Amino acid sequence: MSPRICTRCAKAALVALVGGCSGPQSALDPGGAAAEQIATLGWTMFAVATAILVAVLALAAHAALAPADRPAWALREGWVLGAGLAFPIVLLSALLVWSLSITGQGADAPPAPFRIQVVGERWWWRVTYLGPDGRPLFSTANELRLPVGRSVDVELTTADVIHSFWVPGLAGKLDMLPGRVNTLSLAAGRAGTYRGQCAEYCGGAHALMAFMVVAETDDSFDRWMAAQAAPVAEPTSDETRRGRDLFLASGCPACHAARGTPAVGAIGPDLTHVGGRLTIGAGLLPTHRGTLAAWIVDPGHLKPEVRMPAFPIYRGEDLRALAAWLESLE
Amino acid sequence: MSGFPNPLPRPPEELERLRAVWRAPSGWRLISAVNNSYIGLFYLGAAMLFFVLAGILALLIRVQLAVPENDVLPQATYNQVFTMHGTMMMFLFAVPAVEAMGVYLLPNMQAARDLPFPRLSAYAFWAYAVGGLVFFCSLFFGLAPDGGWFMYPPLTSYEFSPGHNADFWLLGIGFIEISAIAGAIEILVGVLRTRAPGMTLDKLPVYSWAMLVFAVMIVFGFPAVILGTALLEIERGFHWPFFIAEKGGDPLLWQHLFWFFGHPDVYIIFLPAAGFVSAILPTMCGTPLVARRWVVLALVATGFIAFGVWVHHMFATGLPKLSLSFFSAASMAVAVPSGIQVFAWIATIAKGKLRLTVPSLFVLGFLAIFTLGGLTGVMVAVVPFDWQTHDTFFVVAHFHYVMIGGMVFPLFAAFYYWAPTASRRALSERLGRWCFGLMFVGFNVAFFPQHIAGLMGMPRRVWTYPAELGWGWINMTSTIGAFVLGLGALVFLIDLARNFRPFTGANAGNVWNAGTLEWLPGGTSVTRSIPIVTSLEPLWDQPTLARDVEDGRYYLPGTATGRRENAESCSVFGAEGHPASSKAAHRRSTS
Repeated sequence: MSPRICTRCAKAALVALVGGCSGPQSALDPGGAAAEQIATLGWTMFAVATAILVAVLALAAHAALAPADRPAWALREGWVLGAGLAFPIVLLSALLVWSLSITGQGADAPPAPFRIQVVGERWWWRVTYLGPDGRPLFSTANELRLPVGRSVDVELTTADVIHSFWVPGLAGKLDMLPGRVNTLSLAAGRAGTYRGQCAEYCGGAHALMAFMVVAETDDSFDRWMAAQAAPVAEPTSDETRRGRDLFLASGCPACHAARGTPAVGAIGPDLTHVGGRLTIGAGLLPTHRGTLAAWIVDPGHLKPEVRMPAFPIYRGEDLRALAAWLESLE
Repeated sequence: MSGFPNPLPRPPEELERLRAVWRAPSGWRLISAVNNSYIGLFYLGAAMLFFVLAGILALLIRVQLAVPENDVLPQATYNQVFTMHGTMMMFLFAVPAVEAMGVYLLPNMQAARDLPFPRLSAYAFWAYAVGGLVFFCSLFFGLAPDGGWFMYPPLTSYEFSPGHNADFWLLGIGFIEISAIAGAIEILVGVLRTRAPGMTLDKLPVYSWAMLVFAVMIVFGFPAVILGTALLEIERGFHWPFFIAEKGGDPLLWQHLFWFFGHPDVYIIFLPAAGFVSAILPTMCGTPLVARRWVVLALVATGFIAFGVWVHHMFATGLPKLSLSFFSAASMAVAVPSGIQVFAWIATIAKGKLRLTVPSLFVLGFLAIFTLGGLTGVMVAVVPFDWQTHDTFFVVAHFHYVMIGGMVFPLFAAFYYWAPTASRRALSERLGRWCFGLMFVGFNVAFFPQHIAGLMGMPRRVWTYPAELGWGWINMTSTIGAFVLGLGALVFLIDLARNFRPFTGANAGNVWNAGTLEWLPGGTSVTRSIPIVTSLEPLWDQPTLARDVEDGRYYLPGTATGRRENAESCSVFGAEGHPASSKAAHRRSTS
């Protein structure tokens, strides 16, 4: 193989490796400054660590396979101290200084005109946007929207057990602890959809507790904020009207709220704009009337141990109407 | 040695009386044996049983994760299986296995006849074996704990875990910890007091030093987790809110208590394994350990620093950044003593001529895997990097590299190395090579890809994952590797079944031409007489030592009291200068 082909192959392999490591939830595919810094730190450490590993293995192999006349250096203790004591102390000190400079960085950016409060619940995320005065603007679930390039403070806490809020594409994780509020500064450098997931084992359906962060331009973000603040619109078709009436008549409001209707339940996610969210079931399924219907009939089948009871009483026309109304809540 | 303490010829009936006193009960009464050689092997056998059982659980985990959106194991079962896998590997396999090796090896290596409190060892073993089996059987009743092996409240408290599952963990592990402390006290006193005359601290084998540090660490570290388990059980049973925030408790208290034990525990498991390596390499290279004093210093330093790193398990809890930076620095510092040891081992290999036996292969495999695990350990000690990798498969990969590389590989090296002291036949070199090859390849195929899975965002302890995140091929590779690793362990079990013949009163002898005293003739039961130690590798430096010991020229060639007698030494100086004191008989009732 010619060197040129070799180089080309190596390049292709590298691209495949790095490309293969990207994805909506990859720390190697950063979309914000915080994640970017950590990725740079990580790649540097991988490079140095690989060099050290290769050196140690080569040294061990040389020691094991060298011919009978022992090399003179092997017989002295000095190099053990040089390689085992002096070298790591120098290297680790440098690494410590660098890493602490990143650790210590606070949110230097000017505060955004809103904050986001995220409460971990088993097994979903209650998301509330707060105005500058700290008063709630509106509540949603399992989805955050951010304006690109603006730093947003996310206040994290929990309603039950410990969870951990983690969007690898944007920042490191931060735990949600009972009795504490941890604040994470989140900023997206480019528009896109980032997936996040609970990173602290919280029992039961921990594996199925995901969420989406959508970073968008100021314009579309402002439109989204205005839309979220609005109450549920009046149904426009017979089917959706029937769906809304079923929703209000058969127990759903005990747990769910739909602003602008009598439904004010606070146990489960606020459904005011559920149709406009990317997923249902905390990142489990894309939102459309089919998945909504399947979820209503038997959520525990899709997400074991989920707290929402099954509603097999809905079927046929009723189920379709209910799902159609929810889907229309954009 | 010019003058021997006892003249030849010895009275003809002396040897038979000595053997009779030390003979283990036969038949099913063997289980009532209290001598360290027997308890050590029972202990090791039980630890290996739990290793196999927890390994089977690991394969179940890997089957479930092999493909995305799999449902071979239901969610609730999976949560129990991974909790049991972690708990058993840490509490029922790793710590007991190294403790068992200590109970078995230390007296022989120090040419004593037993540890100071044989009944305490027996108590530690039986409490552990029975408790561990009962704990394991909770799986069959769907009552196994499912809170993860570090059992964070409030998930594990009465509100969110109302069943008995968590109680099995808290009570079962509480008792197993007590057993571990009992064993540690035995080892601590044993290293200091049951040494042959002349074995001053500067002639103490490096392995004994490792076990000394190990035992001190258990005595300091384990009470924290016993306290934690007691508090949590009181919270569950009587609703005293130690960990419940809204009633004035704090869930972080548990994390501090747990990791104050939990991180030193990693070194508690690693130091004895490092001791194995420091014992095996000199034999296989035919030369004393290079930089021995630095290796001993590294062991002691690890023991100290290990108690200052626990918060690196809590970097993501939102603690103040100033305190995080202290723990980050300490976590990096703890890599330094390991580095010294790694280079001392390489220097030993370079100085001598390494024989590529099965124990050597496992040691080389250990060096490669442990070095990689140590390097990723430094990475996760870096606070911002840990924010990304904490609680992901990157960490899963890291600690399997450190634990399997740092403890299981040296343990297998130790099995192959020391089996001839316990068994009539040595283990097979041919099967051993297969075992090593399968384990080494299988291990790396199983765990290396998990680093990538973690960086690609895969959290640990997930029952399933969606296909579109691209983790499928990584997990399939990992599962294949896990089965190859399991196959390697199976080859080892076959080797054991074919060749391991303990309790026969005979052993294969000093097959490696080792220099330390556990290779004196006499094997599992008792050496004929207790020698005076004048160097680190007595069997190399005194060519007639084995014969003189066997002839009964040294101390305690018979039984003076008609009961079991042991050497006792001054804690610090051994018995040098006043060897007569080591003749003091210590009565050990056998009935």
